[in-house]
Amino acid sequence: MVVASKERIRDTRPVNPRVKSFKDTFRRLKKNKSALVGFYVLAFFFVVSIFGAIDANYGLTGISSNATNLTAKLESPSAAHWFGTDHLGRDIFIRILHGMYITLGVGFAATFLAGLVGVPLGILAGYYGGWFDTIVMRLMDVLLAFPGILLALAIVSVLGGSTINVTIAIAIGAIPQFARIVRGSTLTTKKLEYVDAIRALGARDVKIIFQHILPNIMSPIIVNTTLFIATAILTAAGLSFLGLGVQPPTPEWGAMLNDGRNYMYQAGHITLFPGMMIVIVVLAFNLFGDGLRDALDPKMRK
Amino acid sequence: MTTFIIRRLLQLIPVLLGVTILVFSLMHLTPGNPAVIMAGESAPQATVEAIEQRLGLNDPLHVQYFNFLGNALQLDFGTSIRDNIPVFSHIQPRFLITLELTIYSMIFAIVLGLLAGIVSAVRQYTFSDVAIMVVALFGLSMPNFWLGLMLIQWFSINLGWLSPTGWGDPDQLVLPVIALGTAGAAIIARMTRSSMLDVISQDYIRTARAKGVKERVVIFRHALKNAMIPVVTVIGLQFGYFLAGSVLTESVFAINGLGRLIIDAILQRDFPIVQGAVLVVAVSFVVVNLVVDISYRFLNKRVDLN
Repeated sequence: MVVASKERIRDTRPVNPRVKSFKDTFRRLKKNKSALVGFYVLAFFFVVSIFGAIDANYGLTGISSNATNLTAKLESPSAAHWFGTDHLGRDIFIRILHGMYITLGVGFAATFLAGLVGVPLGILAGYYGGWFDTIVMRLMDVLLAFPGILLALAIVSVLGGSTINVTIAIAIGAIPQFARIVRGSTLTTKKLEYVDAIRALGARDVKIIFQHILPNIMSPIIVNTTLFIATAILTAAGLSFLGLGVQPPTPEWGAMLNDGRNYMYQAGHITLFPGMMIVIVVLAFNLFGDGLRDALDPKMRK
Repeated sequence: MTTFIIRRLLQLIPVLLGVTILVFSLMHLTPGNPAVIMAGESAPQATVEAIEQRLGLNDPLHVQYFNFLGNALQLDFGTSIRDNIPVFSHIQPRFLITLELTIYSMIFAIVLGLLAGIVSAVRQYTFSDVAIMVVALFGLSMPNFWLGLMLIQWFSINLGWLSPTGWGDPDQLVLPVIALGTAGAAIIARMTRSSMLDVISQDYIRTARAKGVKERVVIFRHALKNAMIPVVTVIGLQFGYFLAGSVLTESVFAINGLGRLIIDAILQRDFPIVQGAVLVVAVSFVVVNLVVDISYRFLNKRVDLN
């Protein structure tokens, strides 16, 4: 009898309204053709970039991205050099292949770092409110006063240009985005009846945050993450293009564009291909992110 | 309304203080002695000491900050390390060029974005809608500096129509404005479309149509006005992105604006110029957002009622 009454209590426990199951989301995502295209392109690039990273560091194909060949410089695309060669005779296709993991890696790492700081800040600010909320959000306002690439520029001017510093600079600039979105979602979730009910049952703050608030605000976090990777890739490429990011001879795509711009009259292909690759990767993230948003939150669907 | 404006102005103070602290810290967060970095590793001790003296680097930090703040309020950002000319004289002419580039690009983005967004929304799910949205997605995914390079490749190098560098003559304006404005146009188009679709599905639009109001009037007079409310916010944010994004566009088209000044100063470790220029951009952005916020209040009467 005791067991039965325990069962009953468990049954009447407040139900987390997060009914959007993973399956549901996936079904909606599968119906969205453009999101699928984005997903497949990204999956393909992910695999290719792993191969590129291994090849760049351990030389499977035996072709180095930095092997200069001054007898074959500024060559147009051909069977031997699919995307042509640059001003030092380096194969652009190989360089793009070897640089792909840097582009994707900086994008992922910067976004992940930003989320790692921004999400907890946003949850705590939204959940506890009060002076902590005020201070955190004013700090975020200060960071947001530096638009776009400006904050990253300012940070890189202090740290100096390198792959890691670019990642850190972009991550710092992205913290406010995460914090703001997460804070907003936390505020809405906190007011839901079932959270009150759980608190009335004596749940501790830690439990409420991790088991009940966090799962409910995952959708905006995931969508924001996907879309921000696109922005991070663009910013990183921009910094390297300015010569303040990833330093040559690393085959980063933005740095390659910077190399090529002095040879546009003789060899336009040097600036064509790395830029095209940036567009395709960023486009894929945007397609997938838009699709995810529609799938995770059908109400926002337009 | 007046209380709202005053409250908004007061909220600005902590943000601007934070911005100045952050910009002030730039020089001091740099590893090593800033005077040595600016003078160069091999500079004689006397030069380093002279720079330390001039920048007041030997004062306590808070004294340095309040000096910095007080001077910045009078638009005095110190003098350039390279040529001893006041930073503000460096910034002013460059800022006007960047502002021109930004404003032209904004006009381009707003006109193109609104038109595309409205057409897309009115003809939802038709070929033109899909085409516009695909182009917009491309526009948003394209780095503005690469678009600039491609425009130079086509219109300057291959066709020889427009100048690839400089700023001032009409044939020098077209390409940079397109390069900088395209991403913003795409964002505005997407926002306008979704906002228009929201508004068009509302009851009062159906009522207007049922009354026999002409479709053109329904769209432009009844729907657009309300659909513009969220778009205005996006436009305000875009201004900041354009101001910052012009760093890249100016580099591509060799335009002597603020962006190039910042890049050159970073490369030459001319900290007073970096600080002054970054501060000017950030403060302009904050002020523009304030103006947008206030105009948002004007546009959206519903906020006042509540």
